Formats: sequence, structure tokens, C-alpha cells
Amino acid sequence: MSRHRSVRGLNYDEEYDDYYCDAYGHSVEDSANFCASPGFEQQYMFDRSKSTAMGDYIVGTNPDEEDDDDDDSDGKDKAMSRRRLDSVHVEFPSNLSPTSEARLKECLEVLRDISGESIPEPFLLNAAIEANYDSNIALQILHDKPRNTEGPSIDIVREGSDASLDDLKAKLETICREDKSARPKVLDKLAPSTSRTASSSKSGSSCSTPRMIISPSPSLSKPSPRESHKAKLDPVAEYEKERKSSQKQCLNMVVIGHVDAGKSTLMGHLLFKMGQVNQKTMHKYEQESKKVGKQSFAFAWVLDETGEERTRGITMDVGLSKFETKTKSVTLLDAPGHKDFIPNMITGASQADVALLVVDATRGEFETGFESGGQTREHALLARSLGVLQMGVVVNKLDNEGWSKQRFEEISHKISAFLTKHVGLRDADVVYIPCSGLTGENLISPPTNDALKSWYSGPCLVDVIEKFRPPERPVSKPLRLSVTDVFKGVSSLVNVSGKVECGFVQAGERLLIMPQAEQCILKAVACENASSGMTAFAGDQVVASLAGIEAQNVSLGSVLCEPQCPVPVATRFVARLVVFGIEIPITRGFPVIFHQNSMSEQAMVVKLIASVHRSTGEILKNKPRCLLKNSSALVVLEVARPICIELYKDVKELGRFTLRCSGATIAAGMITEIL
Amino acid sequence: MKQTYRDIDKDGKGQVSLMPEESEDLWHAYNLIAIGDCVTASTIRKVQQESATGSSTSSRVRTTLTIQVEAIDFDTQACALRLKGRNTVENQYVKMGAYHTLDLEQNRKFTLFKVHWDSVAIERVDSACDPTQHADLAAVVMQDGLAFICLVTSAMTLVRNKVEVQIPRKRKGNAQQHEKGLHRFYDTVIQGILRHVNFEVVKCVLIASPGFVKDQFYEYMMQQAMKSDNKVLLDNRGKFLLVHSSSGFKHALKEVLMDPVVTMKLADTKAAGEVKSLEAFYVMLKTEPSRAFYGLKHVQKANEAQAIETLMVSDSLFRAQEVGKRKIYVDLVDSVRDNGGDVKIFSSLHVSGEQLDQLTGVAAILRFPMPDLEEEEISDED
Repeated sequence: MSRHRSVRGLNYDEEYDDYYCDAYGHSVEDSANFCASPGFEQQYMFDRSKSTAMGDYIVGTNPDEEDDDDDDSDGKDKAMSRRRLDSVHVEFPSNLSPTSEARLKECLEVLRDISGESIPEPFLLNAAIEANYDSNIALQILHDKPRNTEGPSIDIVREGSDASLDDLKAKLETICREDKSARPKVLDKLAPSTSRTASSSKSGSSCSTPRMIISPSPSLSKPSPRESHKAKLDPVAEYEKERKSSQKQCLNMVVIGHVDAGKSTLMGHLLFKMGQVNQKTMHKYEQESKKVGKQSFAFAWVLDETGEERTRGITMDVGLSKFETKTKSVTLLDAPGHKDFIPNMITGASQADVALLVVDATRGEFETGFESGGQTREHALLARSLGVLQMGVVVNKLDNEGWSKQRFEEISHKISAFLTKHVGLRDADVVYIPCSGLTGENLISPPTNDALKSWYSGPCLVDVIEKFRPPERPVSKPLRLSVTDVFKGVSSLVNVSGKVECGFVQAGERLLIMPQAEQCILKAVACENASSGMTAFAGDQVVASLAGIEAQNVSLGSVLCEPQCPVPVATRFVARLVVFGIEIPITRGFPVIFHQNSMSEQAMVVKLIASVHRSTGEILKNKPRCLLKNSSALVVLEVARPICIELYKDVKELGRFTLRCSGATIAAGMITEIL
Repeated sequence: MKQTYRDIDKDGKGQVSLMPEESEDLWHAYNLIAIGDCVTASTIRKVQQESATGSSTSSRVRTTLTIQVEAIDFDTQACALRLKGRNTVENQYVKMGAYHTLDLEQNRKFTLFKVHWDSVAIERVDSACDPTQHADLAAVVMQDGLAFICLVTSAMTLVRNKVEVQIPRKRKGNAQQHEKGLHRFYDTVIQGILRHVNFEVVKCVLIASPGFVKDQFYEYMMQQAMKSDNKVLLDNRGKFLLVHSSSGFKHALKEVLMDPVVTMKLADTKAAGEVKSLEAFYVMLKTEPSRAFYGLKHVQKANEAQAIETLMVSDSLFRAQEVGKRKIYVDLVDSVRDNGGDVKIFSSLHVSGEQLDQLTGVAAILRFPMPDLEEEEISDED
């Protein structure tokens, strides 16, 4: 940028584009717009009333791919000519009726979304007309054409990177393979892309609750010039593209169980066997643990890193790690088993999709862990109420019992009865694996021990993890990123780690932090389990760097969201409770601790509205005097200060919670109404 | 509190002179004084005097005034009690009927005149003047990143300081930030303790937390005290008591006061007693729901049947603005006593009292089950 620039004669539109193209190039002050003049403000600041689409910002932040081509001088001429062709103004045939013109535009929009910029506009137009505005047929035509039409442009298409063409073909093929009946599905998938941009203009009252707004295709309304000349970001398509590129599905797995069941050792050993811990480090751990006389804890030290945890020999906070299997990229959350650290365990379990329940097979140990007072039951219940639907039960330390088949079956039988009856997991979703975390038997390869081999032919632990099905990710919903940790990174930016509960996020976006209601700019997102550093999708564990905000303004339990669709903040709400086996009945005025994701807050049961039937939900009694154990009820809860909540039906992750009191989990619940 | 004079006649009319000695006594005074009572106390009043020539001078004079109370205001944090009302006694500086606001202060005598001293009020005076009921206790309830520093006296639990510090979690190869944050948190708590706990008065400082936070904190605090040669902490080392609690929130104090170690050390404080009886109520509600009731309507019905064994009432109900409402509760208390029942008046400043307040303010454990009472709908509010 030259120093002597005619500021007065600037064309702001051009400047604006430039300005957002290099999101990294400017400082915080540049973008934060403190005390801007009215003109400046009008130019740059977001104003809801003006129905600026979010697409403006998103598109602007995309690094311009075409500019990169300019750099290599060989292909420069070709690139220029291609660009000229690209930007040829597309004229619609003049003899179209208004309705068919609209249909044509709509069809073109769909085609553009799928093809991106790899096919010139006139081709799209021709194909669309040929197909009588049916996007599916047009896709078919486009797919066939590049081979048999030997037109002037074929070399251009071919010259445009082969990889992208192949990619496109693959995509077209998958879409075309779906027969006619699948067509609405294709369109449905594409709909969110438009709803995301359109919702900002339609917002207002509806923006407080996230809701899919099915809007008319933007091609019917007048699209802004910026929007039309570039492909819009489609969350679902982007998501699928990314998943395709990384080939591996990501999975968040929490490891739970009674204290000393061997969770950390099991996972430490697994990580070691998977090659995530190098030989040297492991050797160091072995030596050091031997020195303090805790040799059996060597593997646990992989995950227990603080001095406190190592000297005491228990996990205190959730240990985060990752590894990759053949088809999955797994984020591992090692939860503490000790009773006092259940709040931490809740943090871990609420981020998980699946769980491994570790039980100690040693005679006596299993019983204490499983009987009342042990954490096996509580953990399983918590995991289920926090959304875990598949579970692997690891019968650990079976070597202590001489790999006895009888013992294994006895334990699996007991747990199975509990999981299906009380926890509410389906039998098909639970797998039982005999293991030894210390010796590493049956972890990543079939058993070698003769005693075990003689009767066990099932899968090993990694196979079980492999077979877990990752849940559907709500990518197309508005962004919700719940904060689980705040820390300082190497730069001056504030780093927060957390999970993208729904929606997706891109570096460069302006975000809102609730309930503090502070604005900030997302400088970078780094996923824990995906390589890409620019975007993150629902289900990802991320570390986000934020600019324009102080560390004390973000706290555990804060939620990052889009300024157009802020997350609801409230202190009072109606919830449906499922009461666990409690000692003391719940009455009104009952003080509890409210846990949601990583946040805990003081709360109080203000009113008991009605007790309801556990499974059918019908009202049994209005205004009950108290709630006894294993009942279910509608209550009004009040938390001590405003928190971010969502209705369960909208966003499950933010709509469910657990209540604890004097060291025991007393109920799980879901939010049905915000007061 | 010291009682210097008492003159109450047979039908309850009369006056009592009291001298508050500590902040808790003002809380008692707050509970004693009702709207309509007359209070005599020494106060400062700005007086404007007009001379014969018409020039006016204003001066501040100390004088003793008697007002009829119209509004009562109590600040729990500062323990300051202010009474607004109209002058009822002829005075050199203040006209009859002129408004004045009295500030009741520690170590300044005041006289309270009531048309009717009921049993609850008299009991309050007696208990406030009982010198054996002093058990000053400080408690620090904490968990990682959150701590409450409270003072517990027989009638009050005061949150003196809430400490909230963001502690980064441990993460791969970066345990340093976690430690740093932890130390910052501990330092803040130590500062809070030094500022708010008066070791000359306090007999015992409880440190309660889940897990090992309390041990770590205690260790760190003593280390720091050694380093900085902090006499106050080192000399009072023996007053610290580490107790387990399930969380670092304020209501975990309830569990702490139930802890046998604490009850042994504290003898029987009012706070611990209240927690115990509320617990008994909840246990009864679970085991025999037809013997435990709450809500005025239910409790009154039970009282009519002379069924109440233990009655729990929150003192906030006796501060009711309407005289009639207060009378209802006083009558209830008297009648339960007459029937040989036990009455416990909870301080609404304690954690257990707060909970009882939310539970309509009255609860009762019955001598015998009354199943038909269960069938009746509880009244909508209160």
C-alpha cells in the first residue's frame, strides 16, 4: 500500500474487497472500529437493519484462489484468457417467460454451487436450458459433455487443474447415481446454504431461537454482486468435501469408570501401541515411575501430566489426546474416576459421542465399583444423559482372574442388565471386551494369551472403536461453540478451546461471546482431529484464537456464536427432570449445582410443576410436594447468574444438563422452555 | 448484646433497652424492630437556626430522639441498620412529627418500645443476650477457581468475599499455565482471608473443598507465610481445619457444618443445629412422607390436630410488614409450644435458613402420620 495515496479519491468498494481479502494483514484496531465516524461506520460496521448478508463477510475472507495463479509467469497468459472467459457476461435467452427465467436462475444457482468455478458459465447455462431447468438432468449433461463436446473451450476446462475436475466428476457421479426419488434430498442438502445467508435479512424476533429458516432461493430475490460472482459457502457441501479429503471420520470418545479401574493405564497403553507415544518418552516414564515406586502407573503418566496427578496416582482433570485407526480419527477424553472430580468427568462426557466404560474384573474390586457408592453406575448414567448412545464395556484386569471366561460373563451379565434397564442403552449398542491395560492384551491385536484365546474370538479394543458409528453432525444449524478452557497462547491473542456443538466456523469471522455479549474476531481455528486450520465443523474439538477481547471476558461455559443468531441467555427455565436414585427427596427451594458442558453454577429448584410418567410423559400429579427417587417431573429451575441455554429440541448439546447435590448426581434434565 | 433495662407488663406492653456489642447484634435488632414500634436512640441531626436578623446558620447537634418506625433497612454486608420514622417526643431541636432516620450503631444504647411483646420477640432478646452462644467461625469453601470466604456466627452466615479466578486446564506439554493460574487463585484467597478474618475473634477457620484443593491450598498458604514471615498466619496455624465438601459453592457449607469433626470442635452452634433439623425433615419426607409437611396451610392443619413434633420457621416470616401476618406465625409457634412441640426458628441468613425460606418458610415433622393431609393441594404461593 503506497504511503501517498489519494484517500479522497478512493473507490471504497474496491478497498473493501482488498481489505477483507487478507484477514491476517491488519491489526485488531483496524477491524474493531472503535469510535468510527458515521460514514466509516456505515461503510464497514454490521447493521442488522440493513439486511447485509453474512455471505458478504464470508466470501470476502476467502483467499482469492485465482490470484495465486497469476504468480507463475508461465501460465499467466492462459490464466488471463481463462479468466476472461469466466467473466464473460452470461446473457439469458431473451424469449423466456418470467417463470422459466426464475427456474433457470434457480437451476444455475444449484449448478454453480456444485461445480464451483471449474465450468464456465455459458456451459452451465446451455446445460440448464437443455435439461429444461432440471438441475439433476443438467448435472448429468455436464458430466457427459466435457468428453464428447470438442468445443473451443475444452482445453480450458482441461487446463483448469485436473484434480479439481476429477473431484467434480466424482461429485457429479455420486449425485447422478441417486435416482429421481433422491432429488429432493439433494436440494434439501443445498438449502441450508441459502438459509444461512438469507436468515440475516429475515432475522429480528426469530433470531433468538435457532431455527432452520427455509427461505426462497436467493436467485429469486436480487443477489448482491459480491454474492453472485463467487460460489457461496455451503456448510454441508464443505463439510462433506473436507471429510472426503481427510478420509477419516472423527469421533469423540470418553473413557469412564470407577476410580482405579485402570482407565488411564488402558488408554496410555493403547496410545503407546498405536504409536502416539514414542519409545523414548515411554522409557522415561517407566524409569521415573519406577523411581517413585509406582511402576504400574507408567502408562497412566502418558495422560496424567501434572505433578499432582502423578504423585497421587489418580487422574484429576480430563486428559485430551488423539489417535487414528484405519477409518477413524479419534479424540480421546480420559475422564477422572474419583468421586470428587465428577464435575470434570461431566465436562469430558458432554464432549463425547461414544464412551468406553472400564470396569475392574478383580474379585471385590468390580463389586465395590458397581454397588451403590461406586462410580461405575453414576458414570454410565451420566454418560447416557449427556448424549452417549454407544458404549464399549472394557472388562479390564482380567489377567488377575486368570482370564476366566466365567468371570467375564458374570460381569458382562450384571452390567448388561444395568445398562439396558436403568441406563436405557440398547443391547445392540453395547459391546463387551476382555482386556488388560497393563499387559496390553487384546488392545490392538487379537489375544495372544492362550487362556483368553481358548474362549474369546471377538474383536479387540481397536476393532470396537473402529465399529462405533459417529453421530449425525448438525452442521447446518447456526454456530454454537462452547468454551471449555481459556488460556494464553504464544501470541497476544486469547486462546479458547472447546467443542463446536453445531454449525461451522471459519477463521476471520466476527463472533459474539455470550453471555458476556462481547464481540471478537476469530483469527484462527485449529482442530484437534483434523488437519485443516481454517474451518471447523460441528463435533470438532478446536482451539480458537480470538482477537479484540480480554481473557477475563471469556469464561468456562461461554458460548461463541454468530452475531445474527445469538444463543439465548437466561436464568430461569422450565425443564423436564429425570431423577436418579437419590437419598433425599427434591422439594422446592432445593439448592443444586447445575452442570452443563464444562460449566457449573449454583441453582435452585424454584417450583415443582408436575410429576410426569417416566416414559410416556403424561402428567401424574400437579404440584407434587416432593420428588422421590427414580421419578420424572417438570420443574422450574433458577440459576444464580445468566447462562447460555438452548431448548433441547433445538440444540441437544446445550439443552441438556445434570444436577448434583452434596457429591451425588441427583438428576438429569432437558430444557423445555425458557422463561 | 447487653440488656440494660426491661419493663414489660402483663399484657406485653413495655420497653427494653439494649446495647449492641457486635455486628450480629444489629441483625437481632433488625429482627426485633417492627414497623410501628418506637425506638429511642442518640443521633446526629442537622439543625437550621434563624437569628433575629433573618440570617440562618446550620449546625449539627447530637441529641436523643424517639421515632415511630416507618421503614427498616438492613445491610447485611456492612451490618448497618437504619430506621426511618417520625418524631414522637418533644425535643429541643426537632419538631413533633418531623421525619428522622436513626442509624443504630454498635456500642450505642437504644430503647425499643412495643405495644405488644410477643413470645418470639422476647425469646429473641433473651437469646441475643446469652453470652454462651458465641461461636465465631470463618469458613473458606473452595474448588478450583472458585472460593467463598464466609463468616459464620450463631445467627448469621456472611459471605465476605467471593473469589473467582480462571484457571487454564492442563494440556499436552503445558502444565505451566495451569500451575500459574492455580497460584494466582491461591494468592487471592490468602489475601481474602487476611483481609476478612479477624483471628482475634475467630476461633476456627474451616477450609473445605472437594478433592485435594484444600490440602494443596493449605500447604501453599503456609509456605507463603513462611516466605513472607507472616506472623498472623503462622501464629494461628492451629486454628485451620481442613474438611471435605462436595463443591466450592456456598451451600456446600451445609455439608461442612454437618461434618462430625466440625461439630465436635464447635460444640453446638445454632447453624449446625439448624442444618441437622432440616436434614431430619428431608429424611422424614423420604421415609414417611405423611409425617413431614411444609407450607403454612398444611402445617396449620397439622397443628390443629396437635400433631407437630418439630416446627421449623424462618425468621424472615416474623419480619413481615403486616402485623396480622406476623401474628399468625407467632400464634402458630405459641400453640406448638403449648402442645409440647419443639420450635426452631431458623436464621434466614444461614444456608439452611435460605433453603427453608424457599421451602415456604415453615416446615414441620409430625408425631404421627396424617395421610389425608397429603391429598390436599398445597396453596399456590407460600
